[in-house]
Amino acid sequence: MLLIERGDEGNAYLTLSGHVAIDNLKGVVGETRGLFAGERSAKVIVDLQTLEYVDSAGAYFLLRLEQDARDRSIPFEFLHMSSRVKGVVDLLGTTVLSQSPSGRQNTSLGFFEDVGLTAIRFFDDVRQSITFGGLLASEIALSIIHPFSVRWLDVLSYMKKVGVDGLPIVALISFLLGLIMAFMSSLQLKQFGANSYVASLVALAMVRELGPIITAILVAGRSGSAFAAEIGTMRVNEEVDALVTMGFNPLRFLAVPKVFAAVLVVPLLTIFSNLLGIMGGMAVGILGLNLTLHTYAEYTSWALTVFDVVVGIVKSMVFALLLAGIGCHRGFQVSGGAESVGNATTSAVVSGLFLIIVTDSLFAIILNYVRW
Amino acid sequence: MDKEIGKVSIIEVQGLSAAYGEDVILSEVSFEVNRGEILVIAGGSGSGKSTLLRHMIGLSTPSSGRVTIDGTDITAASDKELRRVRRGIGMLFQSSALLGSMTLAENVALPLTEFTDLPESIVDTMVRIKLAMVGLDGYDGHFPRELSGGMKKRAGIARAMALDPHVLFLDEPFAGLDPITSAELGLLVKTINRGMGTTMVIVSHELESIFDIAGRIVMLDKGKRGIIAEGDPRVLKETSPNPHVRRFLNREIEERN
Repeated sequence: MLLIERGDEGNAYLTLSGHVAIDNLKGVVGETRGLFAGERSAKVIVDLQTLEYVDSAGAYFLLRLEQDARDRSIPFEFLHMSSRVKGVVDLLGTTVLSQSPSGRQNTSLGFFEDVGLTAIRFFDDVRQSITFGGLLASEIALSIIHPFSVRWLDVLSYMKKVGVDGLPIVALISFLLGLIMAFMSSLQLKQFGANSYVASLVALAMVRELGPIITAILVAGRSGSAFAAEIGTMRVNEEVDALVTMGFNPLRFLAVPKVFAAVLVVPLLTIFSNLLGIMGGMAVGILGLNLTLHTYAEYTSWALTVFDVVVGIVKSMVFALLLAGIGCHRGFQVSGGAESVGNATTSAVVSGLFLIIVTDSLFAIILNYVRW
Repeated sequence: MDKEIGKVSIIEVQGLSAAYGEDVILSEVSFEVNRGEILVIAGGSGSGKSTLLRHMIGLSTPSSGRVTIDGTDITAASDKELRRVRRGIGMLFQSSALLGSMTLAENVALPLTEFTDLPESIVDTMVRIKLAMVGLDGYDGHFPRELSGGMKKRAGIARAMALDPHVLFLDEPFAGLDPITSAELGLLVKTINRGMGTTMVIVSHELESIFDIAGRIVMLDKGKRGIIAEGDPRVLKETSPNPHVRRFLNREIEERN
């Protein structure tokens, strides 16, 4: 509650009662706006006798009244300030009120600086990735020379996480992909009576391109991100530092088992993906195109060569290496807190997908020349 | 709003039992926190100090018993009531729990913008007042990761104090701080308590800080799964009938039997 009175000699009296706190501050500030408006007061007197409670917002309000009066060089006085109110008022740093915000502001740089910084960060990231790749390669080489130094139990547990746990989703998506591909192509091929080519189309597409790619995309989303989050959280909790202090090489301890597991299990996943994709096509072939199981299988085996199958498997091993590597790398790059772990996880998936596409294109170009 | 300090209880814990699965941590714990006092919950590691604190602010539900804050039983309160009670209390977490993606100013401003309709200019000033109150003026634009441990604790207090709570809970505020920083933090707690009349409930086992700031302590014990002593620590130190309490407060080694 507050009351403004204009006394004789041009004095303004403000009486505050009840409480002034954060819940009614807005109203109180609004009501006192008239105090300094209009006719200039000779003196402002604020009576606090019936004021029972202020919190820091209320104390701020009192100090601002005083400040406003001082800015207008109007004499100002508090009457009957209780010790409790004074305690709160004293607690606030009065200097803060007159200061403008200090500290650093998040100023945005200009367009060119932004572009430049992004470019520098990108190249820096590429350089770091190459460095990490080299370190990881040397650790992997060492681990192959000394197989007993590898933590095989970890490798097995990651093989289960990446492979066994990932199988249902890989199987489902591959089956549907084969199904859709067969169905869509059959619509076109039917017009030419070339139904039998559906089998070879699905088989070639799955085994050479889509099987490895789909598997890699799912592994990037499921496991690459998990690797990054796991190592990133360990970084935040100083667990990686603890390993270093104990004399472990964190790359060998954390990254090598993951990479081994991925390289061993992703080709198996890819084989499943190929099979399920072909089965999807087969379902359309048998149910929609009146082919028999036998003829469909025969067309499929005519279309495929051992070379095609091997290329698909080799590709998937390279993808696995890249995905596990980039996942671990992003994890090790984490510094700071929760947000950084999130960024690392996102980045692990995005850079993983990028690497897969680039590598796949390279494979396509190279195979164009080595083909026999 | 204004009530006599030290007479009225603001929090009542009645017959509180807490268990994690089969593990009973606290059994039949009862005590009161008086308005405007500084109460320290002390005890050795694993005696259930932090568990008790979590139950007092309603983060965990007790297996039996009640916790009443300002007359509201928070163990039986609806979500809406619980939110209202929580607006009246502040909590400093052991790790400060500042949001890492926000600057200090944004961290402190968060409850102010969320729960009040104050204009931005007033919120800004309030934030700077709160930061200045804990001695962090000029750090508005810093991120939590750029601060030292002691500064994070103080920033955590600034955020907990944003809405001027009646009760401030502090979980191990002095852990991991050097003696000077620790003493400064103790002084800050006392100043806020004296100036604003904020009731403080502090979990700590740092003896020097306990003797420095505590008006009263409640001491928990792992074996008894409850309170073994309650009162002025300076008195308990000399005259407690329980030898374990005296040893704890005098920093002596337990006799082996």
